[in-house]
Amino acid sequence: MKDKRPVLSKKLDNFFRGLADAFAFVKRFFQEVWFPPYEFKEILRQCYEIGYRSLPLISLTGFIIGIVFTNQSRPSLAEFGATSWLPALISIAVVRALGPLVTALIAAGKVGSSIGAELGSMKVTEQIDAMEVSAINPFKYLVITRTLATTFMIPVLVMYTDFVALMGSFINVNQNELVSLSTFFVQVFESISFLDIFSSVIKSLVFGFTIGIVGCYKGYNSTKGTEGVGQAANSSVVMSMFLIFIEELLALQIVNAIRYA
Amino acid sequence: MRESVIEIRNLYKSFGDNDVLRGVDLDLYKGENLVVLGKSGSGKSVLIKILVQLLKQDEGYIKILGKDLSKLNLRELNQLRLKIGFAFQASALYDSMTVRENLEFPLTRNVKNLSRKEIDYKVERLLDSVGLPNTINQMPSELSGGQKKRIGVARTLILNPEIMFYDEPTAGLDPITCIDINNLINQVREEYKTSSIVITHDLTCAKVTGDRMAVLVKGQFKAVGSFEDVFENASDPNIKSFYDYNFIK
Ligand SMILES: Nc1ncnc2c1ncn2[C@@H]1O[C@H](COP(=O)(O)OP(=O)(O)OP(=O)(O)O)[C@@H](O)[C@H]1O
Ligand SMILES: [Mg+2]
Repeated sequence: MKDKRPVLSKKLDNFFRGLADAFAFVKRFFQEVWFPPYEFKEILRQCYEIGYRSLPLISLTGFIIGIVFTNQSRPSLAEFGATSWLPALISIAVVRALGPLVTALIAAGKVGSSIGAELGSMKVTEQIDAMEVSAINPFKYLVITRTLATTFMIPVLVMYTDFVALMGSFINVNQNELVSLSTFFVQVFESISFLDIFSSVIKSLVFGFTIGIVGCYKGYNSTKGTEGVGQAANSSVVMSMFLIFIEELLALQIVNAIRYA
Repeated sequence: MRESVIEIRNLYKSFGDNDVLRGVDLDLYKGENLVVLGKSGSGKSVLIKILVQLLKQDEGYIKILGKDLSKLNLRELNQLRLKIGFAFQASALYDSMTVRENLEFPLTRNVKNLSRKEIDYKVERLLDSVGLPNTINQMPSELSGGQKKRIGVARTLILNPEIMFYDEPTAGLDPITCIDINNLINQVREEYKTSSIVITHDLTCAKVTGDRMAVLVKGQFKAVGSFEDVFENASDPNIKSFYDYNFIK
């Protein structure tokens, strides 16, 4: 018989057990992702779902951020008579930080929660068990496909958000400073470096992976009937947002270390 | 001696402090329908989930179709699972897929190189045999409880199992639909030559579908035998009350 006394305290024990569980889940992902069956069809379907679900909100948010951020930055630059630097300033802010962060947070809310809810309800209605007893690996079919889809799609969405935000910014700049589209984008591309784009893509891949794996983990391990489904959806959003901020901070440290090395 | 397809010896399972199975012994003979009865929460679902290793036993010996479960690796276990059809208590249809896709899913993933025609033929034939040919393009959310149960059975039959587990096939259904489901269980045995475990607390279902009854009380099988042996001559008060409750006179 197992010893049922807690090692530290019940809460801490559960915390560490949860942590170990989560690591085992991530480890299983990296063990199984390399081997067939690859389920390309399901991955594509998930990619489509992710894009389809988040595109309207991301377009709107990106556009508005572009306009508002430009508008709010103008007075400070105007003090130094440097409003011509607006495109450079905005493009750096958008590409380095705002684009990836905003996209990831929106996707965590829209995509992460729906992955959590979907897998959670599959778990509590025994659909995951049903796959297992018909000799289908549910981890492969559900977790790996969804996680790969978010990992690939978030960078694509980030590029899109960057573009939309810059267009928003351009409209504002165009009205106030009478800069043409080509001049605007020449300035944009002069101010962002290869490192900016490269690090933004890597960061987005990590964000995407986080959103997918957290949603899947929470859903796959949900319990307690229908109540558990709501909890899975909710906690996957909270958890992935939290992790995204931590990752953003880490990324900042790493990129700065490279940039000023 | 009759040939056993499943042998269970001295099976134990507990969840924390909750000792669910406490030394279960049971045989399923080839070609029979064995009915497992027991109160809600007595561990009937846990028992068959252990048999397909959705849950791991704490202790005990299980042999299915000549294979000792504890000696199988995952691949061998999956081979064995394909010979077992598991009809879930709540049907467990994949609700993002149509009825057709639900039936195809286990087939296309386990049998390689089937042509579109063969798949369609199998799916349509099975839907016919469970009496629901018109539901083929519907989503599970559009089906009634009884229809879901039957599609669930059809989905497990698509791989031609040798053993069937039905987890409360008639629970929550009206008496007429229950008769349909009971007939379906008997029809499956005739057509597919399966050996089955039928879990239920519905004594009509038990009587109509079962060759033998086994009553799970406090984690063990207290009575095993024909319906008459187990119920009409019952002396154990647990079993007696079960019977009296079902047939209030
Ligand atoms: N995964 C699990 N974790 C913890 N406890 C469980 C788990 N599955 C089942 N149990 C417990 O095991 C006991 C038996 O459950 P089981 O589902 O086998 O009952 P049952 O006989 O099928 O009842 P019903 O007729 O209501 O379906 C219950 O007390 C239940 O709480
Ligand atoms: Mg049950």
